[in-house]
Amino acid sequence: MGTLLKSAPPSAIFGLVVLVAVALTGIFAPLIAPYGETEVVGGAYQPWSAAHLLGTDNLGRDMLSRMIFGARNTVGLALLTTALAFSFGAMLGMLAALKGGWLDEVMSRMVDVLMAVPALILALMLLAIVGPSIPNMIGVIAVIYVAPVYRLARAAAMNVVDLDFVEAARLRGERTPWLLWREILPNIWSTLIAEFGVRFCFVFLFIAALSFLGIGIQPPTADWGAMVKENATLISFGDITPLIPAAAIALLTVAINLIVDWMLHRASGLKS
Amino acid sequence: MTDHRTFQAGPSRRSFLAGTAAVGAGLILPRGALAQAGPKKGGTLRVGFTQGSTSDSLDPATFNNDFMFASGYAVFNTLTEIAPDGTARPDLAESYEASADAATWTFRLRDDAQFSDGKTVTANDIIASIRHHMGPDSKSGVKPLLEQISDIRADGEKVVVFELAAGNADFPFIFNDYHLGIRQDTGDGTIDPDSRVGTGGYVIEAFEPGVRIELKRRNDYWKAGHAHFDKVVILKVGDPAARMNALMTGEVDLIDRPDLKTIELLSRAPNVKIHTQDGTLHYIMPMHTNDAPFDDLNVRMALKYGIDREEMIEKVLRGYGTVGNDQPIARSMPYYNGDLEQIAYDPERAKYHLRQAGLDSLEVTLSTSDAAFNGAVDASVLFSESARPAGLDIKVSREPDDGYWSNVWLQKPFCCSYWGGRPTPDLMFSTGYAAGAEWNETKWDHERFNELLVLARPELDEARRSEIYGEMQKIVKEQGGALIPAFGQYVSAMNQNVEMPENVSEMWDLDSQRFVERWWMS
Amino acid sequence: MSQLQKLVIGRMFLGILTLFVVSALMFVGIELLPGDLAQQILGQSATESTLAAFRAELGLDQPPHIRYLDWLGGVLHGDFGTSLASGREVSDLLGIRLANTMFLAAYAAVIAVPVAVVLGLLAALWRNTLFDRGVNLTALSAISMPEFFVGYVLILFLSIKAGVFPTLARIDSATSLWDALYRTFLPALTLILVVVAHMMRMTRAAIINVLASPYIEMARLKGVPQWRIIVSHALPNALAPIVNVVALNLAYLIVGVVVVEVVFSYPGLGQLLVDAVSSRDFPVVQAVGLFFAAVYITLNVLADIISIVSNPRLRHGR
Repeated sequence: MGTLLKSAPPSAIFGLVVLVAVALTGIFAPLIAPYGETEVVGGAYQPWSAAHLLGTDNLGRDMLSRMIFGARNTVGLALLTTALAFSFGAMLGMLAALKGGWLDEVMSRMVDVLMAVPALILALMLLAIVGPSIPNMIGVIAVIYVAPVYRLARAAAMNVVDLDFVEAARLRGERTPWLLWREILPNIWSTLIAEFGVRFCFVFLFIAALSFLGIGIQPPTADWGAMVKENATLISFGDITPLIPAAAIALLTVAINLIVDWMLHRASGLKS
Repeated sequence: MTDHRTFQAGPSRRSFLAGTAAVGAGLILPRGALAQAGPKKGGTLRVGFTQGSTSDSLDPATFNNDFMFASGYAVFNTLTEIAPDGTARPDLAESYEASADAATWTFRLRDDAQFSDGKTVTANDIIASIRHHMGPDSKSGVKPLLEQISDIRADGEKVVVFELAAGNADFPFIFNDYHLGIRQDTGDGTIDPDSRVGTGGYVIEAFEPGVRIELKRRNDYWKAGHAHFDKVVILKVGDPAARMNALMTGEVDLIDRPDLKTIELLSRAPNVKIHTQDGTLHYIMPMHTNDAPFDDLNVRMALKYGIDREEMIEKVLRGYGTVGNDQPIARSMPYYNGDLEQIAYDPERAKYHLRQAGLDSLEVTLSTSDAAFNGAVDASVLFSESARPAGLDIKVSREPDDGYWSNVWLQKPFCCSYWGGRPTPDLMFSTGYAAGAEWNETKWDHERFNELLVLARPELDEARRSEIYGEMQKIVKEQGGALIPAFGQYVSAMNQNVEMPENVSEMWDLDSQRFVERWWMS
Repeated sequence: MSQLQKLVIGRMFLGILTLFVVSALMFVGIELLPGDLAQQILGQSATESTLAAFRAELGLDQPPHIRYLDWLGGVLHGDFGTSLASGREVSDLLGIRLANTMFLAAYAAVIAVPVAVVLGLLAALWRNTLFDRGVNLTALSAISMPEFFVGYVLILFLSIKAGVFPTLARIDSATSLWDALYRTFLPALTLILVVVAHMMRMTRAAIINVLASPYIEMARLKGVPQWRIIVSHALPNALAPIVNVVALNLAYLIVGVVVVEVVFSYPGLGQLLVDAVSSRDFPVVQAVGLFFAAVYITLNVLADIISIVSNPRLRHGR
């Protein structure tokens, strides 16, 4: 592990540092945050001060504390959702490519149906039906994102399943899980990783868009995407308040993708 | 311009209540504020509106948002309208009079009012237009208010007679309702709900529901001194930031509901001015008085003392509001009772009432959604925080915006709601507080209150009426299930060159949505 | 090529089947939503009696399967019905908004797709150079912002500060093409910023993935210049994932832009669909939903065909 880290370029180190910092912030949020997540501690929109390092928000809650709790909620939610979507999507996609036939046909058609309905509308309808609680939101977004992951995994795996080494393994009589895990997955890993980085960030943005349409994470829960929306009108006047959560999202996105790039580079480098 | 206008005033409340009940006190109103500022004809007013939906239609029974209210009032007149001082005055009617028991109302129509196709307004047009909102097949939102009418008949071309089931001194106020714009009788006693032919100062040039409506002034408008803009374009601009940006860049001249968080910054923009109106709009957290624990008056009082009203006005309404006193009659309304003591945030008093109810602490669930009113969720969260020191644990349950009015309001024992304009205490109380009323959101059934309501409705003596309504306000405040933390102000923002009369009607936003024919451009 | 023809016909058949399933699902979805059209329109002012009258007038008192079959029967005869809320013909309601949506999507796509693919190729060619990193970082920053925020920032700089472009993208049938391009520049630019990054990164990843293959190594050993390796050897073999991601993004430009429409008050299909869902106006939801689904299916069939034509291994099936 140490040598691995030593081989990492500065950009990847930076990405890792940011990621670890955000993760720690999220895990220890109640210990770090100076105030409670929903606690009203003063007047609305107080400027930056020693007591409130990032000022207060529209209800007089401490902005810094909400950013810290937001790290926990936002990243936790996005990670869980993306992980769910990828576990199911990638597995089913590879399976479809490997097995082909009616299994592929049925699953692909189901995914077609799922994807043919615009994601935002699907989310809007599903959340209106099941109610916008956090577990529901994770479930709904994961279901919506299984579809594109499935498609990508299947498309990438299609290029692999016809290759000789898969054919050989099949002839050797290897079982399906082995074929998926050992033969196909390593060969489409880089495509999936690249997608994971992008998709992970899309989840924040998707939640922000849901907040924009009024059905995102429910107040008073702190969430970076929703915090951008809550303060977004200020940007028209050049006020930087909405930039703080936006910058946090951007920083994390860039960090994750720097790590992804490094892993991609290693993957391709090792292969050639 | 010599448009001094003679109102054949109907029983202005005063003359009527004094018992004359005879009409035609020939009240001559000087053009007042209008004359001083000298409204100018001309110009195109471009408006950015929050509301408006692709599901809008011209059928007056379905009007349910500001976009259609303003468009409706521009194209169609009503029998009466609410004047800036809060009283009703004739519009398409020339005059009206009531029988001594206030149960028979006779409206005489103007002779000069014409539809945009040149036809003169007749009694049949009025009857067909009102009937559209009555009867078992009607889906109109104004239907409950018209249920008191037992018969309508024409008495010649120009006179309409309404028979009421019981006397109602406030009857003329009903006709200001945006649903009741007058259409043409198609000949068989009905109206064509999609017809664009109206008596108003403007005709529709283009209408794309949920996008825009383009209105052009009628040069032969019969109502002197009104309809100043040459053209009016109302655009639906749903996003608050987009609305403010469009106003700042001069793409629109007038916007409603500017984002209060940033209004301070908006007001600094050159060429932009902010207009505020007090109104009858109020925010309410109704408790079901027939449902535990809210059936205990002490619990209700504990909650009433547990909310920090000032904080809510400061943070949720950004200062654009006034403190509410748990009764729904606004300061600007007739018969407002100014002698009631103002209730204030007092956790100790709340705790005291809780102990009186035999409790140390209490957990209740407050159902909320921004569908109730913009900021309802924030208000609920603040309420929950402010009530905690009193031993009240308010769980804020956020409900879906969709279906809020069907699934939460009137169903959940403690929720958030709002009331827009109701012009008189009688209309307010009989729609929202009378036992058995459909929208009695506090499930309030108070014997004395119910008695008083019936007593006041046909009452002719103004002093007596004032006394009764005063007592009713006191009862609701001290015993009712309505927690009314604040009255909201209507806020709009506009270009400096948009002008309005000195006094505007305050019942709804933007001169009670009649700005199209009342305002002008300098 | 007959193999391909068979495939296209098969896909079209499947596409129609998918549309059918989508319409059934959306109908069920609307039925499951809390409240119906009468309640949504009447809102706070609903009473038992007005709701009943409203429902009877619209036929909402019929059982759901009857209403669905009625609607389906109409569609099979080419009649999409009338909007329950406004009584207008659905086809009439859709017409201009459909044109608006396609216009904005085409505007953004014509710029975004070539830019994304070329940037992706260049980034792969000059892997790990300053150019690669710069392009990557810019792209990442652009996609890290919620799209409404990108819109607001563009408005701040280009409309409010510079006063170059209008904040409201309002066009109607009388607007000239040049004027329309000008008025919709900001929403188009917002969309371009949002989609370029995704397509560009996938292009780069796909190319780099192929560059590790033995035949590329072979070409390299033969001394073929790097840019020729990428354009003539790597690109055709990386085409499948690239075409797929382009198709996804084109579909997004047509069906997924409701937030941008709201920010710029652009009268497109997205807002119509959101309005129709929230008022439970199911003929409109169905019509717009089916159009979106058809767009998505068509683009995917096209992407698959291109992938197959470009990949000899897939062309012959298994």
